[in-house]
Amino acid sequence: MTAQNSSLPEVPSELQGNVHLMPWDKFYNWSRKRSLWPLFTGLACCAFEFIAAAASRFDMGRFGMDIARASPRQADLMIVSGTVTKKMAPQVVRLYNQMAEPKYVIAMGACAISGGPFKEGYNVVSGVDKLIPVDVYVPGCPPRPEALYNAILTLHAKMEGEPIKSLRWYQKDAEDEGVPVPVLGPDMVDWRLMEEAATLEESK
Amino acid sequence: MNDNETQVSQPTVELLSALEGRFPGAAQPAEYEGVVVAPDQLVDVAIFLRDELGYDYLSLVTGVDYPEPTTQFPARFEAVYHMSRSEGGEPLTLHAHANRNDPVVPSVVNVWPSASVHERETWDLMGIRFEGHPDLRRILLWEGYEGHPLRKDWQEVYYEEDNKPFSSRHPEGRPVQAEARAPLGRNLRYPPGWSPKAWKPEAETKVYSPFDEHIGGNGRSMATDQIVVNFGPQHPSTHGVLRMVARLDGETIQQLEPVLGYLHRCHEKIGERNTWLANMPFTDRLDYVCSMSNNFGYAVAVEKLLGVEVPERAEYIRVIMAELTRILNHLVSIGFFTNDLGVYLTFMLYALEERELIIDLFEMASGSRMMCNYFRFGGVARDLPEGWLPVVKDLVYERLPRRLEEFERLLLDNEVFRARTIGVSVLPGDVAVAYGCTGPLLRASGVPYDIRRAEPYSIYDELDWDVAVAYNGDIYDRFVVRFEEIRQSLRILRQALERLPEGPILSGKVQPTAKVPAGEAYGRVESPKGELGFYLVSDGTANPYRYRIRAPSFANLGVLGELCRGHLVADVVAIMASIDITLGEVDR
Repeated sequence: MTAQNSSLPEVPSELQGNVHLMPWDKFYNWSRKRSLWPLFTGLACCAFEFIAAAASRFDMGRFGMDIARASPRQADLMIVSGTVTKKMAPQVVRLYNQMAEPKYVIAMGACAISGGPFKEGYNVVSGVDKLIPVDVYVPGCPPRPEALYNAILTLHAKMEGEPIKSLRWYQKDAEDEGVPVPVLGPDMVDWRLMEEAATLEESK
Repeated sequence: MNDNETQVSQPTVELLSALEGRFPGAAQPAEYEGVVVAPDQLVDVAIFLRDELGYDYLSLVTGVDYPEPTTQFPARFEAVYHMSRSEGGEPLTLHAHANRNDPVVPSVVNVWPSASVHERETWDLMGIRFEGHPDLRRILLWEGYEGHPLRKDWQEVYYEEDNKPFSSRHPEGRPVQAEARAPLGRNLRYPPGWSPKAWKPEAETKVYSPFDEHIGGNGRSMATDQIVVNFGPQHPSTHGVLRMVARLDGETIQQLEPVLGYLHRCHEKIGERNTWLANMPFTDRLDYVCSMSNNFGYAVAVEKLLGVEVPERAEYIRVIMAELTRILNHLVSIGFFTNDLGVYLTFMLYALEERELIIDLFEMASGSRMMCNYFRFGGVARDLPEGWLPVVKDLVYERLPRRLEEFERLLLDNEVFRARTIGVSVLPGDVAVAYGCTGPLLRASGVPYDIRRAEPYSIYDELDWDVAVAYNGDIYDRFVVRFEEIRQSLRILRQALERLPEGPILSGKVQPTAKVPAGEAYGRVESPKGELGFYLVSDGTANPYRYRIRAPSFANLGVLGELCRGHLVADVVAIMASIDITLGEVDR
């Protein structure tokens, strides 16, 4: 690879082929997108297509993703594969909080996007983005492994374009308070909604 | 409900006369099926049925809510029991009525231990209190949840109308999102006057309540403490989102309780709003490994109510699909089991390779890899596509028998595999029956109970095959049975493929909003994991009045505590994997 960009210094002809020049952002993002480690969050049916995507026929190793990690501390990518129920929601949020930054979330399948066929269910969260930020959505019930790969490539494209100078998690004094973990009460208690719920109560 | 449906069936007449002799005045015919027993004599009747009539195996306890009085009975809650003999035959239906204001029914846990999980679920979702149950906590939802969702007067946050199709879904031709209608913009609701400040969460503490006396030490400084450990729900070996709490003495399990409900997707409440046919794709998502078997169970149950005949070609296609599913499920189950034993991935990749070939066939026939939605009432959705039969024949005659032999040699003769499985977690046959276990788990304990033989459905009685059975009841035998079942499935497939007749694949045509005659039915099939039953009550409309799924994984999990007691903590994941559960079906 030779330096295409005119703002980069000239590489002496004897060193060409040994020295590669590129913007730091590009190199850094290129490296980390090739070693995304997914967290094994198999919640429901979609987990099976995730397993199929990881198995030999489709082979996720091609993307440097090899084996899903069982611990959130070792993972960069959370693939929410399945229905997030209210009972499971505290655990999903806690897992997300425990992942080290930089971290990404793929909402795999209709349930993770919006609740899907089970949306009206009393124990179903209407999409994981009601709880944690989501980077890529993959529609399908369940999405085929190819669709999941498309999402991973989309995420790669997103990562490539990220300016590491201004990203929050590379800042010196960036603070991550995490998402408040919901608790199980008369219904799932989302602490971020409590004020709104109280005003609703008063207005009645 | 109309009252010309009150014909009493033959088994019910026999049961009534048997009960009349012993318990005069305690029993009367139910509205549709079975008998109604006075609650105060329920336990005595249960003991009589178990000990003298041989109904030793309780499939299901559930509840039905009748807020309006019917022609025969007043407004009530009904507890419904389905039981059968472990040597085979049709199941029996028992009803017990409870007052709608304070529903109480005596518990039958002491007669059939399998009732425990079902009674807990009925209490959780329907709010019928089972007096005498030793541990009547919520099982799918959590302690502190507001209300009992399956009651007819309970409405979810996104409630629109009682029955689909909803006229409110597309006002002025444009869809409105459910969030836009909900007060908080979420699927959340808090009771009036509830304040998070004055409230103490009890959901987590109640999970540990069976272990209370062991938490916090025994108070003696020099004595050894037992410790309480939590597994899951996020754990790589729980096959999804199962959670278990165990009490350990050193490394030995003293007590273990599964904690369920982390994938409770409200199938039954949604199912009661759906039309009959609209539930078919939902059954795919119960046990998402074997969607075809779930379709089969639901179709069999609804066909009992509809009374339609299935054309012969459709029956053969159904059996072919169901047996392919059985092979698929057992391979996957063996693959995951070796994964849990510590053979990380190797065998699972082999198993998934075969799975891909089978789901390719499903995709060719139904259009979907996993969620096939292939069965219809009175047949199947579409005929086998061109080029399907050569592929399946190649698989059944050539590839799978060879692979099966290879897998057996690889695993069953493997020294490490044998050391980890032989003699571990032995389940005696009588305990298995008492806990309502079915499927390979039961047959590995020497009870040759297979619904394809015990209460034949479809064309299974015309085919030549054996019930796989093993006698030691340990983990090893559970896999011997699974391997043998794959072999028997191949045998069934060879016969079915040879005899596959030409002809129609559907009787009548598919009517999305077809009405089903009033009545109740319990249809069951032998899914790869055990007895998959659908208990349906129809009031003659286009929607089920009650839709209850008897999931084999859920019932089999009731015995997990027994299986693990006295074994090492390292064996727990192996024991759990040997039961073979799918959480979609456990929690529904």
